Amino acid sequence: MFAAETAAHGAAAAPWILENAWLVFVIPAISWLIIILFGKRFGEKCSWIGIAALATCSALSCWAAYEWTQQVEHHHGTPVVNRLFTWWQSNGFDFGFGIQIDGLAVMMMFVVTLISLLVHVYSTEYLKGDVRYTHYFASLSLFTASMLLLVTADNTLQLLVGWELVGLCSFMLIGHWWEEKANTNAALKAFLTTRTGDVGLLIGVIITPFIVYEATGGKHFSFSILEVNSSALSGGVGHALLLACASCLLLGIIGKSGQFPLHTWLPDAMAGPTPVSALIHAATMVVAGVYLGARLYGVFWEGFSINAGGMNLMAIVGAITIIIGAALAFVQRDIKKVLAYSTISQLGYMVMGLGVGAWLGAIFHLFTHAFFKANLFLGAGSVSHSGAHHSFDMKADMGGLRKYMPKTFWTFIIGTLALTGFPLLAGFWSKDEIIAGAGQGGFQLFAWVGLIGALMTAIYMGRCVYLTFFGEYRGHHHPHESNNTLTIPLIILSVFSVGIGFINAAPLGIHWFKEWIEPHGAEAAHFPVEEITHIEFHYSEAALAIAVAALGYFIAWAWNWKKWGPHGITQRNALARSGYVFLERKYFLDDLYTGVVVGFIKGPLARASYWVNRYVIDGVANGLGSGTAKLGDAVYRGIDRSVVDGAVNGLAEATGEVGGVLRVVQSGRVQRYALILVGGVVVIGVALVLAN
Amino acid sequence: MALNLFLMLGAFLFCTGAYGVLARKSGVLILMSIELMLNAVTINLVAFSAFTHAVTGLVFALFVIAIAAAEVGVGLAIVLIIYRNSRTPNFDQLDQLRG
Repeated sequence: MFAAETAAHGAAAAPWILENAWLVFVIPAISWLIIILFGKRFGEKCSWIGIAALATCSALSCWAAYEWTQQVEHHHGTPVVNRLFTWWQSNGFDFGFGIQIDGLAVMMMFVVTLISLLVHVYSTEYLKGDVRYTHYFASLSLFTASMLLLVTADNTLQLLVGWELVGLCSFMLIGHWWEEKANTNAALKAFLTTRTGDVGLLIGVIITPFIVYEATGGKHFSFSILEVNSSALSGGVGHALLLACASCLLLGIIGKSGQFPLHTWLPDAMAGPTPVSALIHAATMVVAGVYLGARLYGVFWEGFSINAGGMNLMAIVGAITIIIGAALAFVQRDIKKVLAYSTISQLGYMVMGLGVGAWLGAIFHLFTHAFFKANLFLGAGSVSHSGAHHSFDMKADMGGLRKYMPKTFWTFIIGTLALTGFPLLAGFWSKDEIIAGAGQGGFQLFAWVGLIGALMTAIYMGRCVYLTFFGEYRGHHHPHESNNTLTIPLIILSVFSVGIGFINAAPLGIHWFKEWIEPHGAEAAHFPVEEITHIEFHYSEAALAIAVAALGYFIAWAWNWKKWGPHGITQRNALARSGYVFLERKYFLDDLYTGVVVGFIKGPLARASYWVNRYVIDGVANGLGSGTAKLGDAVYRGIDRSVVDGAVNGLAEATGEVGGVLRVVQSGRVQRYALILVGGVVVIGVALVLAN
Repeated sequence: MALNLFLMLGAFLFCTGAYGVLARKSGVLILMSIELMLNAVTINLVAFSAFTHAVTGLVFALFVIAIAAAEVGVGLAIVLIIYRNSRTPNFDQLDQLRG
């Protein structure tokens, strides 16, 4: 079973765990089966099956990550491809099931298993006594298995399978409390909106083997990710095909990763339990789109001509998403929605990073964002669980909670600082790498968009922290600190939020993340190694980013804590009020989709077709009719009555008489029919015998 | 033994079955007659198979048996539903499709 690709490059056999990394998605899948089949018997103990499975997977992922770093040091990091079995093949077209393990896959495995493990632990307390406790943990296991299947896939079809499965799990978990109509609506909205993008993804995946086909001169079809990338980069493929493929795949990214204009499902997805929001709608599933972009980067690189600089669709979509997501976060009352819009905005950074050629920056931001955003979501869950009596309304039920919940407060602060790019924390390294990469790659405009986004991030997160933890307590309950089951995951995640950025701290001379994750060396024909923007660290750019974050902190402090500035302007000033309403109604995008797009199909389209029917078609028909009538009158008198009528009447009478005869045969009795059938067969048989 | 004898047995059974299908009133008896016809065919298949020493006919005979079983299952269900709807098992009284 050992992959021919690795052997062909003359490298030594890959370590056992890299060859057998399929274990990481098989184990949670088994855990899902056990919980769904026998979960009721275990009651609330079933969560331990999931936790045990995830702990094993997490350990395996750490082992794989360690082996990968060793592999990189000794063998230049050629991806380990292991074809497990061939599903079907036909005429040179074969589709197998296998794994492709390289830095990107190993990194995703590490993130997914670790955060999933923490979320499992957190959920044992958060979901205690829930009506569908076993279903919840079964879905979490299935989600983890699907996500790991997605990230380890060696071909695009397998990736598509994982992609759809995570979408299904997302649907099930958003609608976990389906007794409330709003939750089922949110689940449906999430599912249908991402499906809209998935149509594009499906077409894109269907195009991928044709890229290989064209590059090999019509000899060979393949869904293999490595082959698709190297074919796209080989220069032997027409640009139109690559552009079509990249655009279709981008539609999939837009749907899954909450990019403008299909981002509207993500805030509504907060209807699900908070640990689910942390795992699926912040740390892992929503970055599947970004992962796809990074995985098939050869296609996007050539398709969107990223090396040419200037504008391309991917960077534009990402840039728009950064700004519109951040702007919406200002007007939310619900703490989870602030974080959801923040996630949209940060996903915009990642997609923009891919679009401007800052591949490593985008992936690094994906990596760090997973930790601090999971930290923030779980923190919000802790606040709601113990401080606000299961409400998420910052204005009505929170405020002043820092005195009651010190651990949650400090971990939330660390997550906020990491998100807003506080110096030396995780987000500082990764977000600034994207901004610097945009600037150095010749995309000045996008670098400025990134900086404005960073400023907005600092301000809205300042508002969120103020409303939640400062001022007077506005709720009507007895807030208290959450217990250890909730706070220990928070503490672990905040340690990561502080420290994880240092693995790619350029000014300290540390480039581990780059060495481990980015393909390099002469063998990497599947990746534009030389051309992508390799970011250099400049103190001036770092200083600018820090200054922007500091300005954001200052504005947030002045507005919220000091009450400086024109408070209440939205009540007094018509222009400000309309701006506020515009944001509060989410740019009317939901109204656009349900009211205009759906409404257009329902109402006006029907009316329009009625109008066309009434005036255009009827008019034509009437005009034709009266003209024809006059002509007909003349013809009628002359030819019709004498010649045609005679013929027609004769024919009709003949038909009628024949019908009368045949009517007898049509008796409705099955056995008569059978008799006729047998008679016919006998006649034909006799005729055949006589003929011979 | 001569092939002819088997073929004649098959032809006799087939004619009996065909007569039953055409002449019997009860749906159940019609189904039984159809079974007779199928068995006549099976006898022919087996006889030819033995005559030519080819195993294909035997395999076909197995298929016919399996399909006959399935067909009886469907047929009886149809007869039952007809009985439930028109309170009669007799096919000669069913003529709603008369033209």
